[in-house]
Amino acid sequence: MSHEHVSNTKRIWMVFGLLSVVTTVEVILGILKPESLHMNNFLSMNLLNWIFIILTIYKAYYIVWAFMHMEGEKSSLRWSVVAPVIFLILYLVFILLVEADYIYEVFKNATIKWNF
Amino acid sequence: MGTTVTTAKSEGKTWGGGNEPMGASYGKLMMWFFIVSDALTFSGFLAAYGFSRFKFIETWPLPDEVFNHFPFMHGVNAPMYYVALMTFILIFSSVTMVLAVDAGHHLKKGKVAFYMFLTIIGGLIFVGSQAWEWKNFIKGEYGAIETKGGSLLQFVDNTGKRVKLEEFAAILPEERVQDTRDKGIWFSSEGSLPTYSVAEIQAGFKAHPELLIRTEVLYEGTKENKEDKRLHPTLNTKKKHKTILTREESEAMLANAHYVVEGANLTRNEYGSKLFADFFFFITGFHGFHVFSGVIINIIIFFNVILGTYEKRRSYEMVEKVGLYWHFVDLVWVFVFTFFYLV
Repeated sequence: MSHEHVSNTKRIWMVFGLLSVVTTVEVILGILKPESLHMNNFLSMNLLNWIFIILTIYKAYYIVWAFMHMEGEKSSLRWSVVAPVIFLILYLVFILLVEADYIYEVFKNATIKWNF
Repeated sequence: MGTTVTTAKSEGKTWGGGNEPMGASYGKLMMWFFIVSDALTFSGFLAAYGFSRFKFIETWPLPDEVFNHFPFMHGVNAPMYYVALMTFILIFSSVTMVLAVDAGHHLKKGKVAFYMFLTIIGGLIFVGSQAWEWKNFIKGEYGAIETKGGSLLQFVDNTGKRVKLEEFAAILPEERVQDTRDKGIWFSSEGSLPTYSVAEIQAGFKAHPELLIRTEVLYEGTKENKEDKRLHPTLNTKKKHKTILTREESEAMLANAHYVVEGANLTRNEYGSKLFADFFFFITGFHGFHVFSGVIINIIIFFNVILGTYEKRRSYEMVEKVGLYWHFVDLVWVFVFTFFYLV
C-alpha cells in the first residue's frame, strides 16, 4: 500500500459520537418543531428545514471524509468525485424546485378547481 | 488474483500499466465512480420527490402524523423515534465497517471478521426495521375517504382527534363480492375491496353528529382562512396543520365520497397526496434494496476474510471497497431520513 496507516480508532468513535449527537438534535427539533423556527421563512423555506438540511450536509461531510476516508485521498480524486456531484445536484434541484413552485402557482391561480 | 490489487512498481514507465495517478487502485477508483453515479440516481429520485412536494405544497401529508409507530407501543403517538433508531443502527453498522477496514490495514484477520460480522447484523436489523415500517405504512391506521374530485378526507371528533373508520362505520345489509377471474368474466378482476362501503361510511357519519372532516389542505391562518365560513371556527388553532371543516360543510363534502381508502398502495393512500406513497415505496425501497445487496456483498467478503483470501494476498483492500459502498448506503439514508421524515 502506498500510504502508511496509523490506527485511527479514536477518531472513528469521535465521529460516531458527533453523528449521533447531530441526529439526536435533529430528532428533538423534529418532534418539538419550535414555533420561532417553523413559522419564519428564509428564501421561501422555513428556518427549521434549513437547519435540517445544513445538519444533514454536515453529517454527509463527516461520513465521506472520515468513514470513506476521503481526507486521506489525493486532491485530484477528491475533486473528481465531489465536484461533479455537488454541481449536478445543485443544478437539478434548482431547476426542479423552481419549476414545481411555478406549477403550484399555476394550479393555485387557475380558474379550474382541482382539489375538491 | 494479482489483477485486483495493483502494487506494481512502475516508476519511469508512464504507459506501462500499474500506474495510479489518483493514488487509488483501479478497483477503488471504479467503486468511487460507481458511487458518484449512484449518488446522482438517488438525487434524481429525491429531487423528483421535492418537485412533487413543492407542486402540492399545501396538501402534502405531514410526516410526523404518518410515521408515528414504535414496536410494542401500540396506539402511542411516537413520531420519529423508530426511524431515529433505524438511523442509529445504520450509523453504528457504518462504524463497525470502518473499524473492520482499520483492522484490515493492520492485517488483523480475526478483528476484521468480527467487525464485518457486526456490520452484517446491523444491516439485517436495518432491513428488518424497514420491512416493519412498510407493514405499518401499507396497513394504515385510520382510513380515509376519496372524493370524486380525487382529494382525501379524514375524520376527526369535536376535539380534533383522529377517528378510525371502524369506530363509526354503520353496518348495512349490502353484499358486494370481490370480482375475481373465476367468479366473473375470465378477463376481469379487481383488487381487494375495502372493509366498508362508501354508503356505510356516510350512514355512520350521519349517525355520529360529533364527527367532522379534516381535509388535506394546510391551515395557514391567513385573513381568507379566518373569514372562510366553511372552516371550523374553533378547531383550527395551529398553523401548518390540516384544516378541519364545520359539520355542515363536512356533510356536503362527504356527499361527494367515491372510494374508501385504507392503508396505502401504489394507487391510493390514506395519508394524502397519491404521489406520497409512490415516492415512499420507490425511494425507501430502492435504498432498502441497496442495503440488502450491501449485506449480501458483506457476507461474501466476510467468508473471504474467514477463508484467509486476503491474508494470502497480504492486502485487505477488498474490505475497503465494500466499506465504501456500505458507507455510501448510510450516506443516502441520512438524506432520505431528512427529506422523508424531518422536512
